Amino acid sequence: MSESHTIAQTMEPEWVLPSRGTVGMVSLIAAESAIFMIFVVAYIFYIGKSISGPTPAQVLETPIFASICLLSSSLTIHFAVAALRKNQTRTFALWWFVTLALGTIFIAETAREWIHLIYQEGLTISTNLFGTTYYSLVGLHAFHVTFGLAVLLLGMIFALLGKVREHHAERAEVFSLYWHFVDGVWVVVFTVVYIVGR
Amino acid sequence: MTLGEITVWSAVHAATGAASPALLVGPSAVPSIFRPASTPADSVYTLSIFVLAICGAIFLVVAALLAYSIVRFRRRADDDGREPPQVYGSNQVELAWTVTPVLIVLILFFAAARVIHAIQQAPQPPDAIQVTAIGHQFWWEYRYPKLGVVTANELHVPVSDPAHPTPTFLTLLSADTDHSFWVPQLAGKTDLIPNRINQMWIDPHATGLYVGQCAQYCGVQHAKMLLRVYVDTREQFDKWIAGQAKPAIVSDAVSEGRRIFETTSCVNCHSVAGTIANGRFGPDLTHLMSRDTIASGAAPNTPAELRLWIHDPDAIKPGSLMPPMMLTDKELDALMAYMESLR
Amino acid sequence: MATESIALGAALPERRPFTEVLHDWVVTVDHKKIGLMYIFYALFFLVVAGLEATIMRIQLIAPNMHFVSPQVFNRMMTMHGTTMIFFVAMPILFGMGNYLVPLMIGARDMAFPRLNAFSFWVSAFGGLLLYFSFIGGSGLYGAGNAPDVGWFAYAPLTALPFSRGHSTDFWTISIFVAGFGSIGTAINFIATILCMRCKGMTLGKMPLLAWLNLTMGALVILAVSPLTAAQLMLLLDRYLGAHFFDTQAGGSAVIWMHFFWIFGHPEVYVLIIPCFAFVSEIVPVFSRKPIFGYPVMVGASVCIAFVSLGVWAHHMFTVGMNPYANSFFVFSTLVVAIPTGIKIFNWIGTMWGGKISFKAPMLFCLGFLFQFLVAGLTGIMLASAPFDWQLGNSYFVVAHFHYVIVGGILFTIFAAFYYWFPKVTGHMYSEALARLHFVLFLIGFHLTFDLMHIPGLLGMPRRIYTYEAGRGWDIWNFLITVGVFFQIAGVLVFVSNLVWSKLKGPAAGNDPWDAWTLEWTTTSPPPHYNFAAEPVVRSRRPLWDLKHPEDPDWKYE
Repeated sequence: MSESHTIAQTMEPEWVLPSRGTVGMVSLIAAESAIFMIFVVAYIFYIGKSISGPTPAQVLETPIFASICLLSSSLTIHFAVAALRKNQTRTFALWWFVTLALGTIFIAETAREWIHLIYQEGLTISTNLFGTTYYSLVGLHAFHVTFGLAVLLLGMIFALLGKVREHHAERAEVFSLYWHFVDGVWVVVFTVVYIVGR
Repeated sequence: MTLGEITVWSAVHAATGAASPALLVGPSAVPSIFRPASTPADSVYTLSIFVLAICGAIFLVVAALLAYSIVRFRRRADDDGREPPQVYGSNQVELAWTVTPVLIVLILFFAAARVIHAIQQAPQPPDAIQVTAIGHQFWWEYRYPKLGVVTANELHVPVSDPAHPTPTFLTLLSADTDHSFWVPQLAGKTDLIPNRINQMWIDPHATGLYVGQCAQYCGVQHAKMLLRVYVDTREQFDKWIAGQAKPAIVSDAVSEGRRIFETTSCVNCHSVAGTIANGRFGPDLTHLMSRDTIASGAAPNTPAELRLWIHDPDAIKPGSLMPPMMLTDKELDALMAYMESLR
Repeated sequence: MATESIALGAALPERRPFTEVLHDWVVTVDHKKIGLMYIFYALFFLVVAGLEATIMRIQLIAPNMHFVSPQVFNRMMTMHGTTMIFFVAMPILFGMGNYLVPLMIGARDMAFPRLNAFSFWVSAFGGLLLYFSFIGGSGLYGAGNAPDVGWFAYAPLTALPFSRGHSTDFWTISIFVAGFGSIGTAINFIATILCMRCKGMTLGKMPLLAWLNLTMGALVILAVSPLTAAQLMLLLDRYLGAHFFDTQAGGSAVIWMHFFWIFGHPEVYVLIIPCFAFVSEIVPVFSRKPIFGYPVMVGASVCIAFVSLGVWAHHMFTVGMNPYANSFFVFSTLVVAIPTGIKIFNWIGTMWGGKISFKAPMLFCLGFLFQFLVAGLTGIMLASAPFDWQLGNSYFVVAHFHYVIVGGILFTIFAAFYYWFPKVTGHMYSEALARLHFVLFLIGFHLTFDLMHIPGLLGMPRRIYTYEAGRGWDIWNFLITVGVFFQIAGVLVFVSNLVWSKLKGPAAGNDPWDAWTLEWTTTSPPPHYNFAAEPVVRSRRPLWDLKHPEDPDWKYE
């Protein structure tokens, strides 16, 4: 029983509201950004304050290759979504796979770097303030990349099973926002850890 | 004082028994913030009256408007049921009641900023007494680095003559968790935070005992980490310092007690200057008998209380870090004799 | 689910087996049911946390009482604060927003119903985890104890050397987990309000409740996350040997305070903003006028949320920050008082020239207005940093924030309960019992929290399990404790009213208050799908337009 006051159909402007998925993802990104910001602030605050142990300049190697991989994966996921919008499911699957591969390379490189730092340089999360802030910040980021890789893998499986259609493009786009965010965070982390902090 | 201040002050006086600082400057058993006896507390007091007056005025105006609107615009019994004029807003009114708060905010801000700088940036005169206060769970360590004195829990400072001020500047450190030094009559509180050096100062105008307590939750016995600041005349202070700077009195009559002290775990935590006891975890006991209280004010310094403290600290301050010393009555008697020799 | 019969007006639902009803509630994604679950959950914890407070107040009724040990008192102190903020105030406001927002914007449900359910269950789990600490949290004092580090858990008291065992971890993890629920709910509010409004309801035409929940959602997203980050750091410190707050390794205790209060201050605005929403819906209806200055109210609310992100260090005035930092936070804290004051004036402006009726919702809103005014003024006193050097960490602060939370937030929650109770249950509450509740609670509230300012002025710090006799605090503590029992009586009357009225109260009809927003167009209680046809609106008060076709709002807005 809800009688509402209607306006004549011909005069009615189109009622367009933002997409829920996009708004939801942007809100999630805002929340995650706030979390990362706190870790970044802690990192910056503690630069130079370790009372012992290896310093960044002594042990850090700039992960140029890994960064190039991760950042170009933003481009490849964009291509994937654009292809899906044009119903080019095979092109989509190809670019999606490249994104997954580039992200995996990034994680593998991070793992390699950490193994080196732990076993060769003796830097762990409990060594000193640098260790604490480095592993937590880079680790938090890597965790988010890994989570993204899991979703990418899921999408890959669906693509290989032939279940991906044009109307899934919006969902893929919403996820790509998350992926772009993860890459954006890496730009900040990279700058703070490997440029400013050294 | 303005009318506002007088009104507020009368209300506060009635409620708290506080008196105007011009009349009663000395220490009080009631550590009221409205009985300042030292310049930082005075500055805060003056600012507080100002802020209270403004807030009081705002309250009267807005509450009156609210009360008036409730009474004047209530639905009457003989109401005809028609809706009143539907008013959606008024830009002029909104402007008016935005501008006034903005002005009040600016006034309050400048008033507060002035006092912040005056207190925090006060220069330290060369003859100021310097004390390092170190907060522990649940006691206060005081060191007078230039005077060679280490003591605990009862702080002595000289009275300061406004004409020739001799303030005491405290450097605040912590050995474990966060604490806060709050003696309301002497100054606002400042925290003691590990790995951080804080500063505060006091210049008490009248002699006597000022009380306070730790004001930052620091663990189980936060409640009984009491503060006692003895403001002495210059002569009394110098005499006290001289006494505190001496090493412990050595007496053969209490050698048995001293032996017990030095061979049980007492020395792990406590120091007695001039002996092998140099533990730093607990209070320095060199001149224990010069204090009125024990356990940071939790109990008076009487033989019965001291004996109970050593035997069963949880009876006085449950959860404090003093362990019960498992001593026989005879050992305790001897130890007590030794303690009582530490004047 | 299709098994439920459509509730039409006064038709009674058929009796179904209890297990089926329980199953419905457990698996539901319906915003109304989830909202009610949040509310019941919160009311349960309100009683628990109220008991904790009563235990504390009995211990403090006189100096040197031995009602509870200091260890138990400190656990009560910690649990009372933690429970009230995270498992009473937030859930009850999330629940009420969950129930009302879709109804008021003409939607059928929230944007993400399954996320909604997930958020509820995760928050609920957090609360149960916190209370499991009483059984499972081993600590310095043997098995089974709750956290005792205070609700803001300052470092390094929370470090392993000072907090052995797991009681602190129960604090950390339960709130960490509940935080995901909070962020999920916030995302849902934002997406719902931005993406699911009915036709014609532009942002400028939606009820203030929608605006304020949108603002609250944005603030939750920005404020809860820092706490999540800080708690992650604390867990790393305690279990992986990290040094974020380890002062012995060069870490900073103050940085925990910064991170916590960057959360903690906006958090209290998260709590009060939905309450502003209730007042903004109730006062107009009971004054028979539209809200005065709708655009200004929207602007002021957004302003408050924004500025509240920049005031946090007024909780740290005594920490020894430099004078410029202290002055900055004095300024920003005073600034946030301006839009807050403007809101109070606008509410008075709404009442001005109206025809005020003093039903229970309005009574509680009037209580709120006076009390929030006082609380705001004691806030101004605390904002003046040197004054705070005396008042901070004392019972004056405890009085101030309880004045806001009990005198402000709880009073408006009572108002909202009474206002929307007819809609949610279909029955009208007893006005006589509601008035009794109001009187009892008013007396108790003022007895306790007016007087509580005084021991603070006389030097009594907070979080102490006992105090010295002869410091002038005794009589005040006694009277403060007495007030608690009036409040308990008031709450008992309240609960009885709700239960009795739900069972036996007269039918309320769709629109008992002659109100103007969309929820009053549907049945009481609303059907599962909220609206048979999606509403189309043309003004902020669609029902006013329907009731006054000769003088609709959209001509004037």
